[in-house]
Amino acid sequence: MMMRYPLRDDPHSQVRTRTGRTLDEITLEAVRNGEVTLGDLSIHPDTLRAQAEIATQAGFPHLGANLRRAAELAQMPNEKVLEVYEALRPRRLRYEGLLALADELEHEYGAVENALLIREAAEAYRASRLA
Amino acid sequence: MRQSKRFEVLDRRPINREAFVHAWPEVGLTVTDSPADPRPSLLVENGRVTAMDGVRRNDMDVIDRFIADRALDLGVAAEAMSTPSEAFARMLVDINAPRDQIARLAGGCTAAKLVDIMRHLNVLEMMMGLAKMRLRRTPANQAHVTNRKENPALLAADAAEAALRGFAENETTVGVARYAPLNAIAILVGSQVGRGGVLTQCAVEEAVNLRLGFKGLTSYSETLSVYGTEGAFVDGDDTPWSKALLASAYASRGVKVRFTSGTGSEALMGHSQGHSMLYLEARCLLVTRGAGSQGVQNGSISCVALPESLPGGVRTILAENVLAAMLNLEVASGNDALASHSDIRKTAKLMCQFIPGTDFVHSGFSSMPRYDNLFGGGCFDSSEYDDYLVLQRDMQVDAGLRPVREEEVLAVRERAARAIQAAYAGLGFPGVTEEEVVAAVIANDSRDLPDRDVVADLAAADAFLRDDRGLVDIIRALDDAGFTETAERLLELGRQRAAGDYLQPSAIFDQQFRVLSAINDRNDYGGPGTGYRLEGERWREVQDIPQARDPSAYLEGQGDHPARRLVELAPATRGTVAEVVIALGPGYGRALTETIGGIPHEAVLEQLIAGIAEEGAWARLIKVHHTADCASIGHVGAQLSGSGIAIGLQSRGTTVIHQADLAPLNNLELFPQSPNLTLESYRQIGRNAARYARGKPVWPVPVNIDNWARLRLIVKTMLLHRRETEQVDPDRPPTELHFDWEPEL
Repeated sequence: MMMRYPLRDDPHSQVRTRTGRTLDEITLEAVRNGEVTLGDLSIHPDTLRAQAEIATQAGFPHLGANLRRAAELAQMPNEKVLEVYEALRPRRLRYEGLLALADELEHEYGAVENALLIREAAEAYRASRLA
Repeated sequence: MRQSKRFEVLDRRPINREAFVHAWPEVGLTVTDSPADPRPSLLVENGRVTAMDGVRRNDMDVIDRFIADRALDLGVAAEAMSTPSEAFARMLVDINAPRDQIARLAGGCTAAKLVDIMRHLNVLEMMMGLAKMRLRRTPANQAHVTNRKENPALLAADAAEAALRGFAENETTVGVARYAPLNAIAILVGSQVGRGGVLTQCAVEEAVNLRLGFKGLTSYSETLSVYGTEGAFVDGDDTPWSKALLASAYASRGVKVRFTSGTGSEALMGHSQGHSMLYLEARCLLVTRGAGSQGVQNGSISCVALPESLPGGVRTILAENVLAAMLNLEVASGNDALASHSDIRKTAKLMCQFIPGTDFVHSGFSSMPRYDNLFGGGCFDSSEYDDYLVLQRDMQVDAGLRPVREEEVLAVRERAARAIQAAYAGLGFPGVTEEEVVAAVIANDSRDLPDRDVVADLAAADAFLRDDRGLVDIIRALDDAGFTETAERLLELGRQRAAGDYLQPSAIFDQQFRVLSAINDRNDYGGPGTGYRLEGERWREVQDIPQARDPSAYLEGQGDHPARRLVELAPATRGTVAEVVIALGPGYGRALTETIGGIPHEAVLEQLIAGIAEEGAWARLIKVHHTADCASIGHVGAQLSGSGIAIGLQSRGTTVIHQADLAPLNNLELFPQSPNLTLESYRQIGRNAARYARGKPVWPVPVNIDNWARLRLIVKTMLLHRRETEQVDPDRPPTELHFDWEPEL
């Protein structure tokens, strides 16, 4: 089934912010009352998965895969995301270190797709002496 | 040392300040067809690529591996690789071959295969391919917004003006890296003042860039550079996998991602491995696709001068754009970095993207003078807006810009400068002074702005980046200071971050904050009459440049006060004395009363008659009614003249000295450039006519030649002549005129 796009305009899409609120709740009045945080202006993993589905169905499967990885990272603290990126840069970790990182992401955060990406990188880096 | 003065002039032309070289493939100085480029091949066994473009899996570098495992669509690879490249190329220009069918097949092509397809296309065919393959139906444009002083009021004002002028994305960067959060905030606020929904980014080092994204200060990022060789990639301190992770990291915070690549970067970094620039770019594009980026900024970008130094360079840059679109990637198509000293050359190159239309025709049109462009950019800048708007109007092409009026520009610039002043105050940043606001509104570049306390700015920037303040705090500061509409627009950007619709390919927001992307605004070009057409309200907007005037204004004042000293008498007869006939056009002194140069008709007659009298001849005036043609008017006059000499005078001032025995279209002297004729010219014309009449030797009247006058005055010429033609009465013979004036001699 094709999702209704744009999700922003779809009254049935039930878009929730990262903090679980509906977009209608995010008003200037709420900002004035100190009831809006940055998390309220952040995307929920389910929304990223919905966008991934839309992209894939429209013929953009690679973008879909990226958005599914993004859905996994959306749960992760900022500093952890930066740490994972840094670890994947060339010659930062050894092969075993990359595999350990992949395991950590899979088990601690349920980031299966990202773990797959990191394991694939580990093999490639080892072959090219980048790890 | 030149001997020819003409070659000296050529040497001084801007084009001769460029570097041109012959190809040298071994060092990567070739745009296509290097001997080191592989032939297309693909071997798939058990659903896994075992060899690609002549490289076996065991010999693959990281880029080969990434492409083989992540980018290629193995479901169509066999079909794609066995489709002859020429047949594939023909599909790009065949209106019966649908866009999506080509994109599907392209997904199964290796880098060498993609390059082989391009080999069969000339520039025109590539442009047709780009028109069909670009993702979004509606073309758009992106602006650069930077300045050397990193002044926030100026950044905000320039961002607001860029938004008002129609740019869908505004990109800033930094001179001093630590300024990043401040500059990001300045263009974020400024852009939303100019128009709600403009996406913004700040191009800085990736980790800092991600932090800006975490804080909600940016909505897109196109800093993710990829390269076609492993050496260049690793020198860039990344790999295809780290870039793929980064792409996901941005998306996870609701930031749209666009990779950057472009011909020449590997050669410039010393890592071309002897490959052609286009082959390496094809590898970049496959990495971009494999990493799941929705799009790419390509078209050589900052290395553009390198391919342009080589034969076929501009064609190859266009080929890059076409390949990206074929691979279903959004394309921000270059035309950003300085590419040429020559306005002719840079504009001709621009046409490759401007005419077909791309997702972003420029991946950075300098919205301020190139002096202030911190991207090394400014191929086109703010001094060229009017040229650009005229090009859109000339070709009926939508390249994303709209004409604006000075008053509205000043208004949004002031609102933006005051909004950032308020935001800075609310966030506790070093204040934006009244002097800065006032200067920013009317500034051309940052030299018009006072200096700021850089140390204090940077301390504020560092603190802001460290603590947990972000988009919400900016919204609150704006709202507290009464910038409710701008605050609401920033908040809507926040809601859109949560909805994620603009993460889809080629997404932008229109004026109503509605998302337009390849999902809901898919390019449906399929030949004439299909796809995006510049028409309706948008075409009316593009037409309405402020310089365009109501053509009837050219006729203002004409005929309001008919020449009262000029009286029509009986039908004219042939004269017998040594006279000069002055034959006037049918509108002269009545429907029209001054020449195109603004000289009153009566004053022209005074000078002609005085000149004739000075040389001892009589002047007789007649009016010709049956024609408005200058030569015919003069010829009719000459037939009636006792001496056989006449001056023919059209109402707009065009003049001829005619003689009875000459053919109608021949003449003694012709003065076709009426705007350049002065009272003195008319007096001399009178003198010469009299000397012809008396058989004396004549030195032709010297006149100013200004070939530009025709360009400036062609509409007025046309309208004056039309009015004169309206006065023609084909059946009415010429009439005698009495002009109530005597020359004083």
